[in-house]
Amino acid sequence: MTERDEIRPAQADSPPPAEAAQQAHLVWRGELTTRARVRGRGLLLVAPPLLWIALFFAIPMLLLLMIAFASRSSTGGIEWRFTWDNFRQLAGFGPFGWTPTNGWILIRSGGIAAVTTAVCAVLAYPLAFFVAVQPARARTLWLVVLTVPFWTNLIVRTYAWLILFGPESPISRAAAVLGFVPPGSPLYPGMFATCVGMVSAFLPFMVMPLYAATEKLDWRLIEAASDLYAGRWRVFRHAIFPQTAAGFSVGVILTFIPAMGMFLVSDILGGARFMLLGNLIQLQFGFGSGNPPYAAALSLVLIVFTLIIAAALARLGGRKEDLV
Amino acid sequence: MKRLPYWVIALALAALVLLYLPLVGVVIQSFNVSRLGLDWKGFTLQWYERLLHNAVIHEAARNSLIVAGVSTLFSTVLGTALAVGLDRPWSRRTESMFNNIVYLPIIAPEIVLAAALVIMFMLLRHVHPMFDFGLPAVIVGHVTFQISFVALTVRSRLAGLPGNINEAASDLYSGGWNRFRRVTLPLLVPAIAAGALLAFILSLDDFVITFFASSPRSETLPLFIYGHQRRGLTPEIHALSTVILLFTVIFVVVATSCLRPARTNGSH
Repeated sequence: MTERDEIRPAQADSPPPAEAAQQAHLVWRGELTTRARVRGRGLLLVAPPLLWIALFFAIPMLLLLMIAFASRSSTGGIEWRFTWDNFRQLAGFGPFGWTPTNGWILIRSGGIAAVTTAVCAVLAYPLAFFVAVQPARARTLWLVVLTVPFWTNLIVRTYAWLILFGPESPISRAAAVLGFVPPGSPLYPGMFATCVGMVSAFLPFMVMPLYAATEKLDWRLIEAASDLYAGRWRVFRHAIFPQTAAGFSVGVILTFIPAMGMFLVSDILGGARFMLLGNLIQLQFGFGSGNPPYAAALSLVLIVFTLIIAAALARLGGRKEDLV
Repeated sequence: MKRLPYWVIALALAALVLLYLPLVGVVIQSFNVSRLGLDWKGFTLQWYERLLHNAVIHEAARNSLIVAGVSTLFSTVLGTALAVGLDRPWSRRTESMFNNIVYLPIIAPEIVLAAALVIMFMLLRHVHPMFDFGLPAVIVGHVTFQISFVALTVRSRLAGLPGNINEAASDLYSGGWNRFRRVTLPLLVPAIAAGALLAFILSLDDFVITFFASSPRSETLPLFIYGHQRRGLTPEIHALSTVILLFTVIFVVVATSCLRPARTNGSH
């Protein structure tokens, strides 16, 4: 795993070369043993959890892949007949010709996820810095302040906006005075409420990894950049961002990918007028009325997106180890 | 003391408002006499009293605790085994394959996890009625993503252990299971506890997988709140949310004060 394991061939009493090839002795954790034995015992430990993940994650994923090419039975189940129909439907070709609805849902999901991630980053960097510059004592308290929303139930944090955006709330009244909505009407459902809900939902997931990175920041580099007359943008670009890139990419993984598949926030605050990919998938799983193969095809789109983003961010230096 | 520009502080405060305004709103409304609307009509505890006498909420709370308890038990054992088993001289390729298997359930969008699980159970249920939707299905779904979180928490501690400690144990003729039980395991206890706590709270918070895998008889607290807010907001929901929030704050304070040294490179 790491250097500290000191995997080295046993020096004394090493067996004759022919035998060594078969039975490579090694000293592992100060114990004279063979590679095969250490791995065998490791396999015994690893097997049950990996089997679990295989059975309830990996194999279902493969099934999802297969079902995306199967047909819907008349009762809303799965019929094993190969077809491209799900992907044609996904591209907008229905029994009544082409409609742009699906295209819009896809673009909207991607757009909302991108906007959410961008706004979260713009808000999370200042918040992370704000907490990082506090004196050490106060920082512990601030850390609790940052962590509480992180662990608070998403549904509670989301439905709360229904109170704040209700017809009689000061926010709605202010919006009515400014002419955004007719007086006495709520600010939901719609795009604005969904965006606010999304940013508020994902902000903690951007703040925490950024704070972890900011806490370890080498401030001398920032001072040096300022001393050398770098403007604010260049200080950020060359002195701050490289030091926080790993935390930032973890934040993007924790924000953009779940935002792409989000259905809770858009369900509560967006309604039928503002559907996202997640809502579409959820609808298609409805028993009887749904179309599981079509839902599988939609999920596949989401998986492809996820893999592309994860691969792109891996290049930015986000170590997967920073996720937890 | 480093000084920040004013606009940075302003943005930080805006972020705090976005994070806390909803929570403050819920807490205030839970003490408001007014059943509808935001006008403050006076302080009351009657919504909390109703909470105590609501059988449906009790049922949901019980289901939530059963799911969280059982799934945490399974995932803590499996996740710890995974972390310890990964800590071996594997070849580079095997190790990276194991790593990908561990990280995928964390990175994958939850709705995909839920969709895959639903499809698996739709097929398995033809084999045996045990695989019907309901509490067991919810528990299986939760364990599947919890394993990875427990494994990563334990592994980060394992990686931080002084390398020579096992060698010292071996030199004192402690090997194999005995060494693991007497040396490694006691050192891992804080990380295992942190992993279990993480798994427990993740399960309590989960909505998507629970929503897909549950039956009408296995409603958990998040599902109850979801179903209820669709029919209109009531102060009882605010009271319930405030109680949940209170437990979250207690959890965070306990976790940050007791388990902090156990998290060497933790970002949650």
